[in-house]
Amino acid sequence: MDGLLTQAFLTSLVLGAITAGVPLLLAGLGEQISEKAGVLNVGIEGMMLAGAYLGFLVAFTSGSIWLGFLGGAGGGLLVALLMALLCVRLGLNQIVIGIALTLGAEGMTALLHFFQFAQSYPRLEGASTLPIPGLSAIPVIGPALFDRHPVVYLAVALTFVLAWVFRRTALGLDLQAAGDKPAALDAAGVDVIGVRTAAVLATGALAGIGGAFLANIGAGLFIPFMTNGAGFIGIVLAMLARGRPVWVLLGALLFGACLSMTTALQVAGVDVPTDVIQMLPFAAVMAVLVLFGRRASLPAALGLPYVRGAR
Amino acid sequence: MIAAPPSDAGAPIVALHGITRRFPGVVANDRVDLAIRPGEVHVLLGENGAGKSTLIAMLSGLLQPDEGRILVDGREQPIASPRHALGFGIGTVFQHVMLAPTLTVVENLALGLPWWRRPDRARLAAEFTRTAEALGLSIDPHAVTGELSLGEQQQAEIVRALLRGSRVLILDEATSMLTPKGVEELGALMRRLAGRGIAVVFITHKLKEAFDFGDRISILRLGRKVGEIPPERLRALGEREATAEIVHLMFGSSESPLPSPSLSPPSPRGRGLGGGGSFGLTRPVLSQAGADGGFDPLPIRAQTRADPSPYPPPARGGGTMNDSVPAPILVVRDLSVPGHGAAAVADVALEVAPGEILGIAGIDGNGQKQLAEALAGQRPASGGTVLLDGRPIDRLDVGARRRLGLRYVTDDRLGEGTVGPFPVALNLLLKQIGEPPFWSRGLDRPDEIDRNARALVAAFDVRTPGIRTPVGRLSGGNIQKVLLARELSGAARVVIYSKPTYGLDAQNIVAARRRIRDAADAGIATILISTDLEELLELSDRIAVMSRGRIAGTVANDDRARQRVGELMIGAQS
Amino acid sequence: MTADAVNGTAPAHKPPAKPGPAGAALHWALVTLGPILAALLLSGAVLLALGTDPLAYYGLVLQRGLLSWLGLQETLSRMGPLLFLAAGLIVAFRAGIWNLGTDGQFLLAAVIVAAAGPPLADALPGWVALPLCLVLAALVGAAWSLLPALLRAYQGVNEIITTLMMTFLGTSFANVLVKLAFRDPATTVPQTRTLPVDDRLPRLFGSTISSGLLLGLLAVVLVHLMMTRTAFGLKLRVVGANARAAVHAGLPVPRLTIAVFALSAGLAAMAGAVDIIGTQGNVRADWNPAYGLAVIPLVFLARFNGFASIAFVFLFSVLSIGGESAARRLGVPHFFTLVVMAILLIVLALVEYADHRRRERMRA
Repeated sequence: MDGLLTQAFLTSLVLGAITAGVPLLLAGLGEQISEKAGVLNVGIEGMMLAGAYLGFLVAFTSGSIWLGFLGGAGGGLLVALLMALLCVRLGLNQIVIGIALTLGAEGMTALLHFFQFAQSYPRLEGASTLPIPGLSAIPVIGPALFDRHPVVYLAVALTFVLAWVFRRTALGLDLQAAGDKPAALDAAGVDVIGVRTAAVLATGALAGIGGAFLANIGAGLFIPFMTNGAGFIGIVLAMLARGRPVWVLLGALLFGACLSMTTALQVAGVDVPTDVIQMLPFAAVMAVLVLFGRRASLPAALGLPYVRGAR
Repeated sequence: MIAAPPSDAGAPIVALHGITRRFPGVVANDRVDLAIRPGEVHVLLGENGAGKSTLIAMLSGLLQPDEGRILVDGREQPIASPRHALGFGIGTVFQHVMLAPTLTVVENLALGLPWWRRPDRARLAAEFTRTAEALGLSIDPHAVTGELSLGEQQQAEIVRALLRGSRVLILDEATSMLTPKGVEELGALMRRLAGRGIAVVFITHKLKEAFDFGDRISILRLGRKVGEIPPERLRALGEREATAEIVHLMFGSSESPLPSPSLSPPSPRGRGLGGGGSFGLTRPVLSQAGADGGFDPLPIRAQTRADPSPYPPPARGGGTMNDSVPAPILVVRDLSVPGHGAAAVADVALEVAPGEILGIAGIDGNGQKQLAEALAGQRPASGGTVLLDGRPIDRLDVGARRRLGLRYVTDDRLGEGTVGPFPVALNLLLKQIGEPPFWSRGLDRPDEIDRNARALVAAFDVRTPGIRTPVGRLSGGNIQKVLLARELSGAARVVIYSKPTYGLDAQNIVAARRRIRDAADAGIATILISTDLEELLELSDRIAVMSRGRIAGTVANDDRARQRVGELMIGAQS
Repeated sequence: MTADAVNGTAPAHKPPAKPGPAGAALHWALVTLGPILAALLLSGAVLLALGTDPLAYYGLVLQRGLLSWLGLQETLSRMGPLLFLAAGLIVAFRAGIWNLGTDGQFLLAAVIVAAAGPPLADALPGWVALPLCLVLAALVGAAWSLLPALLRAYQGVNEIITTLMMTFLGTSFANVLVKLAFRDPATTVPQTRTLPVDDRLPRLFGSTISSGLLLGLLAVVLVHLMMTRTAFGLKLRVVGANARAAVHAGLPVPRLTIAVFALSAGLAAMAGAVDIIGTQGNVRADWNPAYGLAVIPLVFLARFNGFASIAFVFLFSVLSIGGESAARRLGVPHFFTLVVMAILLIVLALVEYADHRRRERMRA
């Protein structure tokens, strides 16, 4: 067990935590935006998968990882558009539609992958990283934290940008009112449907980018169902973070570390079966929910469609 | 930013011509004409169900009329959305507060600014305070709105409407949540606003407020505007004549109010006195202005249809008013109920005897609901004890207390009292699921269930297409009858009513109050929680005032009750 | 509870004039068969876009799933587990609980039963061992749902997330058990010890149809009767329709919530057991048929009515068996079934919405 404290283990763990954590972070931030506005977005897993597939497809055919991220955002947006139309505009049950969108995205991406790549299973080349001068030279964790693809830095920066938007802009207030008491927002003259639609679309874009990161940076290829619950973990993060993006960041790192434990332990020479390690992140989620579940505070109008004039 | 008085002082800012709006099964507004002029307080008077709220919704852009025209500043304009209404200078303060509870007052003001803008909290707060002080109000602009009292939230909304440059301020049933003093203050505020040239539209069902605060009164009845009293005429009429005219317009000649022989102030609840049947009211309809200070615009008809009452006629002069009061059946000692932060109910003590009606007055949200729930067994108490027939029932759950005869009629008819999609027959047995004879060994017995339903529907005059109809389809008044039927049937001995006539139309209000009275006459110990002071004064033997979870005091229902209750309500506030 | 079920709205208007029986039948056809047809059409379009002839696909599905005797037997056998799943979902959804953990409950119970089955069959006569396996499965399912149940009942934690997490956890755990704890040393491929065919659930009338079908039918019918005729079922429905009213009526909501979880998960778990002791005989590593979420649209389509569910489960079973054949023959993998189910759910929600709006307009 002394392998655990070696440099290799720590480096591998931190490296993996970031790699696995960024998709969780993006999913969590996205879900947070939706939930703040009052939409319970259970379809986020589908948005991530759509983003992963489309992101991979675009990156593969164009040869550019950056275009791949654009494709990922597009994939997530497609699914989010459906959700916005059906749930926000028409007012259909958010949970039922969310499940349907996730199932549909799982099936469609798996189907498309089968027809396009199942024979060849192509891989992407490793993406180039952007080292931050100075910081990336720190021993052990420097490269793992500060010599990463730029999207990593952008994702972290987004956390603070979002925190600023929530607290300091009129849009943030509009979002909060949309989830708290949409009738009040309507009476104030703001288009509630528009605000909620924007929130859902933003979620889709972020989730899609997260999925693209998973495929293009994390794995280098697309495998059906590869998100494996990342979107749902994002929902948990959003629920527990109580409206604070920074807590989503911390939670994403924690769960990312759990997800990457397999590789890290293998590097450390500890031989624990993969399946056992794969239980770890979900067991961690359950533990966190047991400890802090009661404190999850959710907007009052979460999950309820807004209909003007309804009593 | 108070709007300057318009140059053409007499011309209406907003005019409605032939406005009609329908909902499934009902015409809410039927060819209504209305003109809203600057500088006057225009009262929209009508009972619940008259169509006032629908009209307001159309004025504020939440609904569109099916027929008719709306003119703003003389030009025909649809008011397509709240944004449009605000653009025309129409500001609305709704009956149910339209502020996001988790945001501060200032943040609520900032809603709707361009999305990238950084709301200048300091500047907004300064503007808010300036306007508020000019109106004689003081509210902390950085307070979280959910933590303000309802009166303060209302005031904040009024200030917000003015900050937006409203020329028309619509107040929808604004006084239902206020103390008598709060009502006075609001009335004075309305007059100040009118003095500045604002057009104030005040919606109410209380005749006295209409007369006290209004310049012009438009009367609505069942969707139609049945009359209008312009300012000159209103000033010319005294309160009595105005009242008579309005009541006549509101309720029509076929239901003219009973000319009472006595115009004396209300006597204590007259059981065993008055007419036959189960109608022992002596409360006069017409009262001298100022004699009792208030008026309930409901027709107290001497002779209703012969509704079968499940209760025997009141005991004539027997054993109640003049003899010694029987021993209390329900005794509450030092009851405390936990709440968020502070206790919801703290050290409440009260007693009710069989046949007695104890009214509980107080503004909403002072612990009345929690008290009722704790007595019913729905909410755990943190201290004190409740005795029924001398025996403590603190450990008993809702079902057990119910079987002992302790019943609770909730104010939240559809949210809590019934299950909307379920049939009337099942809702009538909602608190007896699994009990014989309706269930036997776990399986239901449809014949018994139906028989029970038919009997109760007949006895309580529930208007429903059938006993299988989902209860959510019934009108509010009939849902209330279902609740009453359920709680009053089967050996009820102590019944707690929470706001039993809230939101009902006049007929159903009368019917419900009659039921309560009849039930008490038959010996049921009654606790009547209500925010309607008139109702309490009409029905109660004694009135307790609740404030901040405590009983501020209890008074007998005599001539000075109204005044003393008002004092207790204010006194407890300070 | 039609629009209520899918769209969460409760109508509150005066009733319209009742349509005649012909009108009612037409209405039912539109509202129930319509979504199925539309889903098949739209899915067919997807197939077309992917370069496969939808008519060939559906034709093959029908032929292999329904029209051939061999296929029909497989379809009917598969209905057993699916019916148990439907029963479990009906209990949960009618009580207002989103039990999305049926896949985990199914798999874990399947593995435990696969491990316990052979030794039990060796030691005890069949008519004792097999029911014992079902009981064991129910206990496993109930135990696996305990954590989400407690979190929901006493902490108000949303069960969508907790049950989903338990599914991921359960799937991995099941794999661990198969590969490590219960692995059959005699085989090269990791799997549990196979239950001999003779020890499995008896076949029906000399066919290869598993008697799991009868058990499944029994489960659905019993659940239906329980929900509609018993006091307990009514209490569950009250909790599902209006939790606040349930509290007001004095119902013990936390205890009922836990009971619902246990029942629902127990039934889903028995589905897994029936699949193993009826058809599969063992569990291979990484085996996960994932029927759980796919059955959800079926119970919605049936408006939570037990008897209607049977019909729709049958249709889905045909699609499932036929789809597996089509996967081999036409090269369309079974993921396609997920797409069909997703489209069905969405179309059903839209049809409900349109129906609701139409009824409102009629009342105006």
